[in-house]
Amino acid sequence: MHARADQRIRVTLTLNGRERSGYAEPRTQLCDFLRHELGATGTHVGCEHGVCGACTVRIDGRASRSCLMLAVQAEGRRLDTVESLAGEEGLSDLQQAFRRHHALQCGFCTAGILMSCEEFLDRVADPSEAQVRDMLSGHLCRCTGYTGMVQAVLEVARTRREAAVPDSQLENNDV
Amino acid sequence: MNAFEPALREGQSGQIGRRQPRIEDDALLQGRGRYADDLAVAPGTLHAAVLRSPHAHARLVDLDASPALAMPGVHAVLTGEDVKRWARPFPVGVRQPMEHWCLAVDKVRYVGEPLAVVMAESRYLAEDALDAIRVDYQTLSVAVDTEAAIAADAPLLHEAVGSNVVSERHFRYGDPEQAFAEAEHRVALKVRVPRSSCTPMECYVVLAEYDPASASYDVLANFQGPYALHTVMARALNVPGNRFRLRTPPDSGGSFGIKQGVFPYVVMMGLAARKAGAPVKWVEDRLEHLQGASSATNRMTEIEAAVTRDGRVTALRWDQVDDCGAYLRAPEPATFYRMHGNLTGAYAIRHLVVRNRVALTNKTPTGLNRGFGGPQIYFALERLMQRIAVELDLDPLEVIRRNLVPSGSFPYRAAAGALLDSGDYPAAVEQGIHEGGLEELLAHRETARREGRLYGIGYTVAVEPSISNMGYITTAMTPEERRKAGPKNGAVSTATISVGPLGDVSAHVSSTPQGQGHRTVVAQVIAEVLGVPLESISVNVELDTGKDAWSIASGNYSSRFSGAVAGAVYQAAVKVRDRLAGIAAAQWQVEASRIRFAEGQVIVNDSELSMPFGRLAGATHWAPGTLPEGEPGGLRETAFWSPPQLEAPDDDDRINSSLCYGFIFDYCGVEVDRITGQVRLDRYVTLHDAGRLLNPDLVDGQVRGAFAQGLGAALMEEFTYGDDGSFQSGTFADYLVPTSVEVPEPLILHRETPSPFTPLGAKGVGEGNNMSTPVCIANAVADALGIADIELPLTPSKVRMLIGIEEPPRPQGVGEDQTAPAAGGGSRLTASDSVTLPGSPQAVFDTLLDPETLQAIIPGCHALELTGENAYRADVTVGVGMIRARFDARVALSDLAPPHGLRLSGAGTSAMGSAEGSAQIRLTEVEGGQTRLDYDYDAAVGGKVASVGGRMLQSASRMIIGQIFARLAQRMGGAAPRLSLWQRLKDLFAGRGGRS
Amino acid sequence: MKPAAFDYLRPSSRREACELLHEAGDDARLIAGGQSLMAVLNMRLAQPRRLIDIAGIEDLHYIERRDDHLAVGAGVTQAELLEHPGLAEAVPLLAQAMPWIGHWQTRNRGTVCGSIAHADPSAELPLCLTTLGGEVVLENRRGKVRRVAARDFFQGVLTTDRHFDELITEVRFPLARPGAEYRFHEVAMRHGDFAIVALAAVVDSDRVTLGVGGVADRPVAREFVRHADPSEALNALAWSLGAEDDAHATAAYRRQLIRELGRELIAGGPSNEEIAHARQG
Repeated sequence: MHARADQRIRVTLTLNGRERSGYAEPRTQLCDFLRHELGATGTHVGCEHGVCGACTVRIDGRASRSCLMLAVQAEGRRLDTVESLAGEEGLSDLQQAFRRHHALQCGFCTAGILMSCEEFLDRVADPSEAQVRDMLSGHLCRCTGYTGMVQAVLEVARTRREAAVPDSQLENNDV
Repeated sequence: MNAFEPALREGQSGQIGRRQPRIEDDALLQGRGRYADDLAVAPGTLHAAVLRSPHAHARLVDLDASPALAMPGVHAVLTGEDVKRWARPFPVGVRQPMEHWCLAVDKVRYVGEPLAVVMAESRYLAEDALDAIRVDYQTLSVAVDTEAAIAADAPLLHEAVGSNVVSERHFRYGDPEQAFAEAEHRVALKVRVPRSSCTPMECYVVLAEYDPASASYDVLANFQGPYALHTVMARALNVPGNRFRLRTPPDSGGSFGIKQGVFPYVVMMGLAARKAGAPVKWVEDRLEHLQGASSATNRMTEIEAAVTRDGRVTALRWDQVDDCGAYLRAPEPATFYRMHGNLTGAYAIRHLVVRNRVALTNKTPTGLNRGFGGPQIYFALERLMQRIAVELDLDPLEVIRRNLVPSGSFPYRAAAGALLDSGDYPAAVEQGIHEGGLEELLAHRETARREGRLYGIGYTVAVEPSISNMGYITTAMTPEERRKAGPKNGAVSTATISVGPLGDVSAHVSSTPQGQGHRTVVAQVIAEVLGVPLESISVNVELDTGKDAWSIASGNYSSRFSGAVAGAVYQAAVKVRDRLAGIAAAQWQVEASRIRFAEGQVIVNDSELSMPFGRLAGATHWAPGTLPEGEPGGLRETAFWSPPQLEAPDDDDRINSSLCYGFIFDYCGVEVDRITGQVRLDRYVTLHDAGRLLNPDLVDGQVRGAFAQGLGAALMEEFTYGDDGSFQSGTFADYLVPTSVEVPEPLILHRETPSPFTPLGAKGVGEGNNMSTPVCIANAVADALGIADIELPLTPSKVRMLIGIEEPPRPQGVGEDQTAPAAGGGSRLTASDSVTLPGSPQAVFDTLLDPETLQAIIPGCHALELTGENAYRADVTVGVGMIRARFDARVALSDLAPPHGLRLSGAGTSAMGSAEGSAQIRLTEVEGGQTRLDYDYDAAVGGKVASVGGRMLQSASRMIIGQIFARLAQRMGGAAPRLSLWQRLKDLFAGRGGRS
Repeated sequence: MKPAAFDYLRPSSRREACELLHEAGDDARLIAGGQSLMAVLNMRLAQPRRLIDIAGIEDLHYIERRDDHLAVGAGVTQAELLEHPGLAEAVPLLAQAMPWIGHWQTRNRGTVCGSIAHADPSAELPLCLTTLGGEVVLENRRGKVRRVAARDFFQGVLTTDRHFDELITEVRFPLARPGAEYRFHEVAMRHGDFAIVALAAVVDSDRVTLGVGGVADRPVAREFVRHADPSEALNALAWSLGAEDDAHATAAYRRQLIRELGRELIAGGPSNEEIAHARQG
């Protein structure tokens, strides 16, 4: 593929399970493409140099900075953003835990954090607090002091583990 | 009396004081928040980018925007000329002949100062065009360090003022002279509080339109109010207030005071829209934000106490200098005066002498930042209390106890005028000691110290002011000036509640929340009073000065929500309730006092009578004819509330600067790593008495957030500037804020002494730990290290230097030609090196003077054009690795002393910033008909590259300058004796011996 | 803060990538994970005319254990290498050092070779490669392969021995030697930040290789005889690197960390608990 600097290219990707496409120049940041071309404004932009983590989305499952990627690089990829989390039945377990633990205030950094947490929970079933804090350290939040997020992730990990274990085993564990 | 007690009696729901999850969260957690950058824009909206100065101080000689205008997609460029034609300078809080316009008109006075605005079809195109604007600067000497800036011979920022000190006020309360004369001890301390910012995650956003038909501006910005700054903006736009409609978006990505600093951009983008003849959108980026948005005011304080031998402070002397940056931007010099009434903190100190000076320097203008004025005051005061304990060999906690405002003395009028509304400070301290486990912590310190570890404990008490008096800022004026200007006081808050035809309750408040959860608390208060389900209430917090009830105190600052705004909501709800009770009483023919509102019903006490709330309320719309006489129908009530205790400053300069004063008692234990200097916060206890808590979950959230920011200020956050005024903290990898790994969970304790002055007995609680935590940690580190001189932030390097490094000497022949870099991490880049060249000194000299040689040896030189004797204009691409920029440069050879030496200098600007430097070259004949060329260079870079690349500048400059002489060697001899420092080191370690 | 315009090229083979590099001259940049380059582009500190995206080249995506080294292809992300089974046994230094690189989220996209190519003087991977005596493998459009020792590859701040028309195809980390111990420690202002000082050590019974990152303009590794008291060697090393003051740390502090942490690292290093503790600030 060879795209000229001023050329508008059609980029097609799978966003939150649906095929979507839009136009981008080679230099268009993925976060701008998501927000302003595809209208997925739930993902926010906080620093555009990869430190704050506000723009984190999942790319083929992996939590990544959408400011450090070009829209054209996302061609054919599977992208998941905060808009994918809640279902028909309402907020996901992680979202509910964030609400319960007062893990957000202004909410600007929250979308990116949720996407990191989702990948983390997929990959680390029984995390320690230190591991959760290590994962969260890729995000900056200025409102909360992070405590609520740590509690929410640990709680969701626990409930998901319990849900994954057959009842009989759970009883044994309780003894 | 506050109205809370009766409300409690009436209310059945217990909504107020409940740990209620937030109604804001559902949308925010799903990415359905509506922040400013998420909102739809009008068709044809142009995108703005701002051109900023790379220089800290320079005269604007010329600005040529025509190359930018010729670029594709560019519609217009706004410059200082337009601004002068259409606008006015911002009004300033002190009377001085200085002007601050929204774009620089004559000089630039700080790195990042806006010069022009490009409006283009996309932000990408607008940024392309920025690089094409040609600006001719004449750089000027800078005043960067606060102390240097107030010296008599300092370069002046505003020449007409004649000094960089733009305000000086002296205050005296009680009889400080006598107290100091009689003092058994005097303890003094000099401290500095650095610049920092709470850096909201969302940067500034402005959407502006101009309607030429009505000559009016309509601007949406993620501003945090209208408050008094609406008038400042309207005056700058040169229109009456009703021709400047200001709106705020439904959601805000945090502010912490910092969003106040968007106001110059509101004016700028209004004018930009006028210039472009189209709506304009501007989204600030993080580089712009860190460099040029706003900052807490850095302060230099000398403080002294008169002390009795048992540690009782009888008098304080404050001598403070606030560094407000390049312009005194509204509401400055408020950093001083927000805290003025409570300068004595939580202590009963009756005698006080104060000198306040406001200095301007070549740095970004300062403004509101969470804790506003508090960190500066408490860092000095509470460090002083710790020093008193050390110098008098007393327990620091005992020194605190002996000086607290005594129990049972509230409301207490402090020396400088604060009316401390309520509390029991000694009891709060005892509660904190017991519930926080101080004894255990003390034992832990003992153990740690026995094991030879560096462990310390710090204490802090503070009063946390909330609900600012609109008159406090006039304390900056003399009583005579105030008399002339007319009194300012009070703090009007408003709330509007309406009930719709279906009985649905809506509320609007002009509190412009920035993420705290105001909508939840407003709904809690209304649910309490009207007895309707919380979920049924709709709360709108968008602000529109064209439609909404607001006043000059409206907005999000000074922790005024829970005391003032929630109080106004309560009063508006009571008005609605009383009208409905009147209607119900008439309908049922009972006394109105028997009507009760609960569980969505209107009930008559001690009877079977009841009806749904919606039905009764609906009648005001559907059947106004059935209402009792005097009841006009429709149901919408607005309450305005202002507390009488907020009086204007008196003729003796006593000022009750805030309505409420919460109490804080913090202590912490820290351990310092002897090797790395890293400070580990082992335990942090924070006790708050913030009056009645309306929603304890939200209160704890505020405490945690403020604590995290206070910890950041204590350990890592600082905006640093080079000696030349270059800004060095331009990214989140340079300006460091705490992450989840650095922030432990504090132990939060509460007591509730209701304020007698607010409708619900609540006080503010959002800023306290920004004030108390930095100094509490500093006191603990001082205790751990046993030293007096503590400066924030306590970075590992700084702490390790405080512990002391006994450095073994540099081994012979290792790195000896390194010159020491400029002190204080300044951005002057200096070094020396040498190369050996074939040929005589005269041959080398002649070669250097040859333009062709010059072009060949300057790395990346595309063209060199002779402009005068030994002076050239050069087109040069300079950089290291992938980082490169094209400079329009001037190169000159001077101080010609053939064949012994000369000076090679250059200066240029690029999209990446500015650079200038010169190398003094000395030529010495050495053996074998060769010449040794020694050079000492001194370079400086400014603008973007200095603010984001500081970590690598020394090495990069050495590499680039080294290349010049390596190329010279190559050109003269074909060989490339790249005898850099690096090569020599390699040789040294490879055993090939010292210098070649 | 948007990149300047560039042409975007996505070759499907190494040869094509090299052809494009050759064609573009010095004015092209390679992008793989983009975790360093994109920030620089966004800030317009680099304005290349062409961007050549090598992420789609299939045969650069491998981790191979060979006789004496672990080869990591240019398409491999840091997360993939860190998760590679047997990494701790094959190249224990990497297993210790890589969690210090940036954050979970940047390691997910950042490539191993990208970090080597960027040559940040405080980056962990160049330091590991230098300390272990690894190699960088480069290829040009004629298929000419060049192997460059790490110690020669890093030439200064963001500057390497790569010719503009060469593609880094892989880096080679020597496998652990029996009997040697591998240790890593770093001091940064904050979790995931650029190192103020990073130290990597290979400790044998009779000799020590100590690598230092974050101080000189490139990672530096020095080998010395293992004495009971390494003070003199450490002091010489500390002074030799031209440490400088910057906004976050003084030169004296950096030298002192080399001396004191270097001694600890050689003597047995901080325990894993201590490292975890340091990681948590």
